[in-house]
Amino acid sequence: MKPGDVAIVGAAETTQLGVIPEMSQIQLHADCARNALRDAGIKPADVDGVATAGESPTNVAHYLGIVPKWVDGTAVGGCSFMLHVRHAVAAISAGLCKTALITHGESGRSHIGATPRTIVPASLHGQFEAPYGIFGPPTMFTIPVLRYLKTYGNTEEQLAMVAVVQREWAARNPRAMMKDPISVDDVLNSRMIAYPFRLLMCCLVTDGGGALILTSADRAKDFPQRPVYILGTGESVEMPMISQMQDFTSSRAFRVSGKLAFDSAGIRPSDVNHLMIYDAFAHLPLYGLEDLGFVGRGEAAAFVAERHTAPGGKLPVNTNGGGLSYTHTGMYGMFALQESVRQVRGTAPAQIENVQVAVCHGVGGMFAASGTIVMGDRRP
Amino acid sequence: MTQRPLPAITPETRNFWEGTRSGELRLQKCSDFNHVYFPPRPFCPQCGSAKVSVFRASGRATLYSYVIHHRPVPGFVPPYSIAVVELEEGPRMMTNIVQTPQTPEALQLDMALEVVFERISEEITLPLFRPMRSAK
Repeated sequence: MKPGDVAIVGAAETTQLGVIPEMSQIQLHADCARNALRDAGIKPADVDGVATAGESPTNVAHYLGIVPKWVDGTAVGGCSFMLHVRHAVAAISAGLCKTALITHGESGRSHIGATPRTIVPASLHGQFEAPYGIFGPPTMFTIPVLRYLKTYGNTEEQLAMVAVVQREWAARNPRAMMKDPISVDDVLNSRMIAYPFRLLMCCLVTDGGGALILTSADRAKDFPQRPVYILGTGESVEMPMISQMQDFTSSRAFRVSGKLAFDSAGIRPSDVNHLMIYDAFAHLPLYGLEDLGFVGRGEAAAFVAERHTAPGGKLPVNTNGGGLSYTHTGMYGMFALQESVRQVRGTAPAQIENVQVAVCHGVGGMFAASGTIVMGDRRP
Repeated sequence: MTQRPLPAITPETRNFWEGTRSGELRLQKCSDFNHVYFPPRPFCPQCGSAKVSVFRASGRATLYSYVIHHRPVPGFVPPYSIAVVELEEGPRMMTNIVQTPQTPEALQLDMALEVVFERISEEITLPLFRPMRSAK
């Protein structure tokens, strides 16, 4: 397959976002899927491929009334949807299906019909991490950061700046959950969750979903929306335990996935107009900027503090407000993809001028997995 | 106070947990290249060799990174540290730093630590770490 052989022709989020107690998890999938089908001008019967994570693709296909010839239930955390895009590109290119639907729906806040998340006591994580008082991502994803800060001589103030900048983007987005401006002091004075992480350095917890529809570039021109071409893709996994992450200052999964995506698209960081980096916590954009090669190792915190990723900066990052301020259902990757699609289409609330190449980088688990998608406004 | 979550021992990890129960921190290494690794498994994840042996680690480590958790969790009194230590032999493991204030001032990265064993149940003794006592 070549860059641009497959395109996104439908994209939508759930009608509501944030707190949706009147919808169960499966209905959140259906709500965004039906919105995406409408966006693409097609019906469930026109879909012949289904992929999802956090929910069974069987449930999604049955609930929507789809007869799939291609099914992908890859579930490696919040970046699973990037991997689904990568796999759908391969499947469509290989002729396994023609029109693939990728859905995400999660009742992360209201817990209506949510898939339970459990720790298996006999797993390595259950044996060698769970006994030490871990309690969700804020106690695991955060552990490498003190080592990162010390290695590069960075400060908590610089870490706080990531949240400040993203709130500036969120203020431009009517659908963002948190829109009021915040300062570095506000972040550092917010409630301590797991030192050095304060509340405002941690993602939101919300209900919502999003769906994408992909087809071949040849068919894409018959759809009503401007196609968003997939130029390159990457994926990888590293480890199921944060304590076993090879390098606490850099993610191997990020580096592998990012390089695959950039190489397959034939692009360099300087070609990129718009960047999404999955931000479950404030340090994620720092690791992403460095591991994808936008800045050198240890340079990301200064890059953000100098406002290069902020509104008006040379590299707009997380322009929807991100997981920190826009929304975060639990598996946020789909929302990063949705914002990339909007930016390439030219329909984002905080629209960047003339986005030709957009990179969308996801993380799964606690640096456990990664997926990277390069999108473009034209077929090379 | 409800107890912390306990490991369910598997055939591949039994030796490790038998070790902590008898006051030993055990690691594994391959005989081909002396790669030392953790968590336990019956082959070396670096070179793939199944010629591996178990040995008793020194119990000395340095503080690699950590968080201090401020929210209530069953079996813990906040604030408490959740740390990753680097063992003298190379591998890293998650643990709690104990017998010292749970503050950023008391918990300095790269500080010297030593293992202490805390019996949690008949079957499970956890390896925890405390600041190194200078006599060693």
